[in-house]
Amino acid sequence: MPQDILSLDKLKPGDRGIIVSFNEGEHSLKFMEMGCTPGEVVLFDSVAPLGDPIAIIVSGYKLTLRRSEASLINVQKTSE
Amino acid sequence: MTMFDKIKLRKETPSRTIKVALLGNPNSGKSTLFNALTGLNQQTGNYPGVTVEKHTGEATILKPGTQEYIQVNFVDLPGTYSIYPKTLDEEICYKVLCDESNEDHPDLAIIVADATNLRRSLYLATQIIDLGMPCIFVLNMVDFARIRGVEINVEALSQMLGVPVVATVARKKVGIDRLREVLTHEITPPKKSFLNVRNFMDSSLLDSVKKMFPNKNDYSIFHIINNEAGIEHFEVLPTQKIEIKRLIKSFAYNKHKVQSDTTIERYKQINEIVKHTVAINEEEKRKSLSARIDAVLTHKIWGYLIFLVILFVIFQSIFFIATYPMNAIEFLFVKISEFGRAVLPKGEVAALLINGILAGLSGVVVFVPQIALLFAFIAILEDTGYMARVSFLMDRLMRPLGLNGRSVIPLMSGMACAVPAIMGTRAIPNWKERLITIMVTPLMSCSARLPVYTLLISLVIPSTHNYGYFNLQGLVLMGLYLLGFISAMAAAFVLKLLIRVKEKSYFIMEMPLYHIPRPSIILLTIYQKAKIFLMDAGKVIIAISVILWAMASHGPPSKFEHINTAYHSADSARKYTPAQIDTRIASEKLKASYAGAAGKWIEPAIRPLGFDWKIGIALITSFAAREVFVGTMATLYSADGEDNTLSIRQKMAAAVNQETGKKQYTVAVGISLMLFYAFAMQCMSTLAVVYRETKSIKWPIIQFLYMGALAWLASFVVYQLAK
Repeated sequence: MPQDILSLDKLKPGDRGIIVSFNEGEHSLKFMEMGCTPGEVVLFDSVAPLGDPIAIIVSGYKLTLRRSEASLINVQKTSE
Repeated sequence: MTMFDKIKLRKETPSRTIKVALLGNPNSGKSTLFNALTGLNQQTGNYPGVTVEKHTGEATILKPGTQEYIQVNFVDLPGTYSIYPKTLDEEICYKVLCDESNEDHPDLAIIVADATNLRRSLYLATQIIDLGMPCIFVLNMVDFARIRGVEINVEALSQMLGVPVVATVARKKVGIDRLREVLTHEITPPKKSFLNVRNFMDSSLLDSVKKMFPNKNDYSIFHIINNEAGIEHFEVLPTQKIEIKRLIKSFAYNKHKVQSDTTIERYKQINEIVKHTVAINEEEKRKSLSARIDAVLTHKIWGYLIFLVILFVIFQSIFFIATYPMNAIEFLFVKISEFGRAVLPKGEVAALLINGILAGLSGVVVFVPQIALLFAFIAILEDTGYMARVSFLMDRLMRPLGLNGRSVIPLMSGMACAVPAIMGTRAIPNWKERLITIMVTPLMSCSARLPVYTLLISLVIPSTHNYGYFNLQGLVLMGLYLLGFISAMAAAFVLKLLIRVKEKSYFIMEMPLYHIPRPSIILLTIYQKAKIFLMDAGKVIIAISVILWAMASHGPPSKFEHINTAYHSADSARKYTPAQIDTRIASEKLKASYAGAAGKWIEPAIRPLGFDWKIGIALITSFAAREVFVGTMATLYSADGEDNTLSIRQKMAAAVNQETGKKQYTVAVGISLMLFYAFAMQCMSTLAVVYRETKSIKWPIIQFLYMGALAWLASFVVYQLAK
């Protein structure tokens, strides 16, 4: 795996990434249903006051998910 | 169309008959559409060999601009998300669609989509289109989508899907005529397909199998191969099966990999379709406003403070505001039963109607104000978009206990009443977390326990100011509320370790832009919830009230005879006033009734807790509702004190334990009884709602048993230590 590919929960607020793949089959269906398909750009929006869950923005929607779920999504970090 | 036209229309001889299957995700409004299309011409049966209900119906449609009538036979298939036959429902859909020899195999499929969740609907729709099945895509609930600012371009969607698209609101019968008209058009297969399965598997494997089924398309062949690698396929001959299995092996076909790759590809295409057909009316202004509101409402200090205030307002409302309409309802039922007693001839029928059914009905209707209020708040929180923020704020706190951020509101409303609270757990998307919330909410101290606590505290706890300014009675009451909360949290933690659910649990959800709440949606939610409660849980509650009434008012006939003759003697007429005789008969009859017998029967089990058979009767009748304890006690002790001016509290205080010769209600018994009421599942309404919400008899039974065991143990330990 190239170095700039990491799981979504490793990003920081303001970071952007492109969804590359999923680490688990069953969850991936749900992610894609919510609009997180490979190739989409994700903006890491914010973290809940207690550190978890997190909020992301994908294809115009703001989604919230737990860090454990975010760790199943692999993204390629983009500079912008 | 008038009634007359409808009758005339039925008499026309149709020029042709077509078979149409309705498909769609669960809750897409498929059955509502089915009802709108078929009216009363419906039949319910079963699919061959399985217990899944099959709904069929007919309609005769006049082809516009002609004299030609078309007969349409509809079959409403079970709601599914995909046609990969993983569940029984999916298997039925798959068989009906793919097996041309199936009796329900349609000429045309109507795919019903929830316009507010287009992606998920398109997943199923594109699969069916890829099968080459002629179809019509119905975009249902477009009104809700529009309300959320989602505008779907029907023309563009039809272009991209290659099938006709009709926008409807089946609930309001909008777009049904247009759909009827499209049904009379010539049936053509879809103009497009989405998945080229040859990109995902060996072409020669596909071709080898295709030789056996020359008239099927690639995607159908792909399903045959895929199913042969897993579940048994229906239309394949045994010799073909062996051959396909051999081919699967020799080509090293990996079912799971292909399935996951094709799913990703399909969703990529769906995302493209959504991008080109769906416009979200979110001006930048609203977005930035939402972001600014979020900065406050999800702030690490303000966010929690505001949430606390909101909780406080909800709690106050269902606790206090609801008491006014509840009192009015109770008053109304008292008046109705007084009227009934005056009008109906005295006897069994009147007693059954008034004390059994009417009492049960009042016990159901009295919950409606609390349900309405709680759901008004929940609907406002959902509709504004705030509920998703509650999850965001609270999830980390609740998760270690197996609960969800959204469990907070049901748990807090459980302090007023568990019935609306449990219905409110629908807002929790994750099934395991929802189930745990349902299971522990009745431990929260509800308002029905308050009269019991008040009576018992005043009976056994001295009203002193032992701890500075604090009143001991108040402290005990607070302690009982705290106990409810702590035990609910502890039970949640234990259940988290014990409960295994098959369904995958998800938290991921949308955080919608903030919205001004719409009265129509709030009123609709209140109406639906009240209706569900009255229709579904109400039946169980009334049935149990009738049984409880029968138990408490009936007993062995000889004993009842004896009581009647004893108190109608001249001797008792001298000793008591007619009113005293009536209360004494009531009390004696309750003791002699089947409920009384049951109280005596359970006495050995509750004696270690310090309870006698009188308390036993109260424990049983409390099952109707906890506060019934007070009334039962009043009836039971009415005959004991010579002086009828004594209050129920004074009578209980004076009660003597016949074995020890000491006071019956000692501190130990009182506390033991309070603990029993704190833990025991003595509420048939709650059990009925748990049954309704979990759709299984298993969970209310488990709940009844675990709470009963907890109550017995707590009372036992405290009584044995304190006596």
